[in-house]
Formats: sequence, C-alpha cells, structure tokens
Amino acid sequence: MTALDVASIRKEFPILSREIDGQPLVYLDSANTSQKPRAVIDAMVRCMEYSYAPINRSAYRLAAEATDAFEGARSAVRRFVNAPKAHELVFTKNATEALNLVAFSWGRANLGRGDVVVLTHMEHHANIVPWHMLAAERGIELRWVPLTPDGQLDLTDLPRLLDGAKAFSFTAMSNVLGTITPVRELCAAAHQAGAIAIVDGCQYVPHNVTDVQAWDADFLAFSSHKLCGPSGIGVLWGRESLLDAMPPFLGGGNMIADVRLDGFTTAELPAKFEAGTPPIVEAIGLGAAIEFLEGIGMTEIRRHEMQVADYALRTLTERFGDDITIHGPTNVEVRGATFSFAFRGIHPHDLSQVLDQRNVCVRAGHHCAKPLMRVLGASATARASFYLYNDESEVDVLADALDSATDIFGF
Amino acid sequence: MPGLDDLYREIILDHYRSPRNRGELPPPATHAVGHNPLCGDEIEVYLDVRDGVVHDIKVGGQGCSISQSSASMMSQAVKGKTVDEVRALVHRFKSMMSIEELDDADASVEVKLGDLEALQGVVKFPVRIKCAVLSWNTLTEALSQATP
Repeated sequence: MTALDVASIRKEFPILSREIDGQPLVYLDSANTSQKPRAVIDAMVRCMEYSYAPINRSAYRLAAEATDAFEGARSAVRRFVNAPKAHELVFTKNATEALNLVAFSWGRANLGRGDVVVLTHMEHHANIVPWHMLAAERGIELRWVPLTPDGQLDLTDLPRLLDGAKAFSFTAMSNVLGTITPVRELCAAAHQAGAIAIVDGCQYVPHNVTDVQAWDADFLAFSSHKLCGPSGIGVLWGRESLLDAMPPFLGGGNMIADVRLDGFTTAELPAKFEAGTPPIVEAIGLGAAIEFLEGIGMTEIRRHEMQVADYALRTLTERFGDDITIHGPTNVEVRGATFSFAFRGIHPHDLSQVLDQRNVCVRAGHHCAKPLMRVLGASATARASFYLYNDESEVDVLADALDSATDIFGF
Repeated sequence: MPGLDDLYREIILDHYRSPRNRGELPPPATHAVGHNPLCGDEIEVYLDVRDGVVHDIKVGGQGCSISQSSASMMSQAVKGKTVDEVRALVHRFKSMMSIEELDDADASVEVKLGDLEALQGVVKFPVRIKCAVLSWNTLTEALSQATP
C-alpha cells in the first residue's frame, strides 16, 4: 500500500485530468517543474481579484492586506525549512538567482585570488556557472568532489579538497542521478575546514522534510515552481550574521534606507536583498503551495516517493534487464524518485518523442548538468521524475511506452 | 497529432544506422563544430573545398536520429557540388524546414533535395527542426571558413 491517497491528490491538480488524443497525461517531469494544485491557482487568482496592491509602501487598507499576505508567505517558508527567523528568507526570481546572490554578494566580499570554493561533479549549471564567473573575475580556485561508481559523492578525499577552502557549495539531491547527499555531514566537514556550507535545495526541498538548523547549513537555495508553487519566485535562506555582513546584490527601490546624491544606505533584512517590486502574487502562490504540501505531510510524500522509486527500479530492471541503464544509486534510502536512464541505445530525444505518443512526458537532454553528463560518458539521457501525484501505474505506462520505442529503433 | 511514421521514415533510420561520410579530414580542410545548447547534440563538419568545389566532406559528432541522419544525407548531397550550389541547397533545405523563405528568384533555380525530402515530416514536429538544421548551420560555418 502506498503512503498517500494518490487518486485524491490527483483530483487537486486540474491539469492532471487533461487528456490528449483521448489518453491521460502521464507527467513524469516534475524534477523539471511541477504541476500546480487548485489551492495555489485559487490563492493567486483570489489575490489578483480581491486583494492585489503594492506591498510595504502604501497606507491604505488594501496595501496592508497585500503586505500581510506577502509576509505570511515568508512565514510559511520559514516554517517549511525550519529557519530561525523569517527575515533570513529572501525572495528571489528562482534558485538560480539565489545561488548567484550568494556567489556575487558573499563571494565578492569574501573571496580573492587563490581562495578555494569546493563544488561537486553532480551540480547543475546554476551551482557551477556563477562560480566560474567569479573565478574569471577574482581568480578563485574551484575544486570538485568526484562521484562513486553508483553515483554518490565520493567523500574519500573530502578533507583534502576542503583544506583551506572558504566555501563548499553542493546539491542536497542530484537532478540527474536522484542521489540524496549527506547534507548534515557535508556541512560539518565544511565547518571543520573553516568553510561556509551552501546547500542547493532545488530538488531536495520539494520532496523531503527540510531543516536548515538540523543541517547546520549557512545558505539554502530553492525554487517555488518545483514544489507545486508558481514559477517566477525562488528562495534564499541565509544565516542572519552572514546576510547582515554581505553587501547588497541588486540595487533599486525597497532595498534602501536612504538615497542621497552622493550614495545610499541599505535597508534591513530581508528588504536589503529584495530590490524593486517583488513577485507578490507568486509569493502568495508559494505560501499556498507550502500549506498544501504541509497538509499532506513531507514525511508522507517522501515515504510515497520511496515506494514509487523502489517499484520503478524493480519494474524497469526486471522488465528490461541489461537493455536499460539507470544512473544513480539503487538504494532508495539515498535517492529520490528521479531516474536518468539509457535504453537500448536509443537516443533520448527519439525516446521522448516516442513516449510522447502515449502522453508520457519525460525530459531528454543534458539536464543543465553538462559536467556530470561528461562524467557519465553520455551526451544526453532521458529522465523520468515522479512526485506526490504519480503512482506505480504510471511506472507501468512508462515501461509499456518504452517497449514501443523498440518497434521503431529496434536495431 | 502527426504520426511517428511522418518523422521516422525508413530512409532516415537507414542513414542513422549507417551514417555516410563519417570521419575527419586533415588541414587545410576547414573544421566547424555545432552545438545544440538545449539538448547537447554535437555535429562536426570537415570540408575540403578546392577551386570552388566541395572536393570532400566528413562528419562527426553525436545526437538523435534526426540530427545524425540529416548530417549524413547532407554530406552525400553536397559532395562534388560547387560552393554556390551548396549555398543554394542550404537555403532550399532551410526553407523546407520553414525557417527561411524562398523568393521567386530562388524558386526558379532548380535544386534537387533528393533523399533529403524524407526530412520534410520534421516540420510537423517543430521541436525537432533544430535537430535537422544543426548540421546545415555547421556546414555554413565550415563553408565560410573555406571561402573567406
């Protein structure tokens, strides 16, 4: 028995009742972006129809209502990741901007020529390119934690890699391999070496209980759109002492205390990092998404996904044997329900084209993780990723659809 | 929706299975590399142009059936043609892919697409047009190096 009532959950997502060519949608691309429940859609529509106004700057009641709703969303995020203080949470455009904020605000203030930042081979571009840009600008050195053959972090040399490092920035869950990394252990290792720990939670936060205090992390970045919320908003959580000491990132309205002809002073947290009009409706949608997920329970969601992951691993392996290569760990304790795979030598684009005939939506490509793809020796993979609204029956549809690809490319 | 038969014609699958003109050419042949940044597909084109004629062409890289078969058919189609004929063929192919338009003057010039006609069905799958065109853009780059 599954831990969740998936049939009821599916009814909360209007798009999942859509049929194309008379067949249901089998949406297996939630690691890319997730679908939206009625609660999120309604909250955003209600905001726009009933209480939309600028926040933080007008005295009328409507504006006060909008401000309360916006700050209510921040409180929901605080609770969701167990951050100590709501003003440690900064709304950004997405997780990518959150990681750029850390690299360019904290990085420019704290890193110079020869300083070391440690990353891992399983990062996606959002946690690689900003550091490359900083390396070009500042001459910092990047070091890389390699992988074990089964797609986990190889921590054998971690103390040596972290020796003298100022920051360790790593994903809590790989968007390609599904690997869940030992975040608490990695944070401790970073601190022991005198480095700060930056956690990319894009893939982890939507699927697991997140507790930045239990991790003892310094920064956490994640996106709303992967956790049933709208696109256009992401979150950076940072330790208050670090955020306080950092220079602003983007300049403009809302982030200032005073502006004169000869300079400016910055606002308090979190406004200091929220220049311009923020994504107001999106923040309210994010708050609704968090309440929706909390209503189901992150522990239950994780347990459900472990069951689906276990079923998927068994089904695909039993059915296709050596014809399928599933990247990443086989132990569901250390992986989520995201599977990149190679199938019978069929190129992932061709595979996803054939799967689309059955309305099976999978990602094909390099998953914005080209260094990892080179490590895997693949230019592209197909990726099926499951969420709370997917169940075992969709694994079976995927397997049947894969079989049909052989009819065309069976050579 | 259009059926997969429109996309995966037998001749396309044949070029995918057995790509023609695979390999490399030494300098002074020109060499261009094309990437599809969205999907990671890669095409390499080596072009040996002498006296305004494509004397030889080799193709490398990896990718899906559409990008690889398009490159293979392209290599067959341009070998032995003059640079001007190749440019006309590129234009004709891209117009078949609906990303360039033919004017009356273009239309009056006879350009045979031959096997390449099999890629016509790609237009019905707009996401895949970039796969089919990747090798042609790479060819254009190699051509401009050869005829500066």
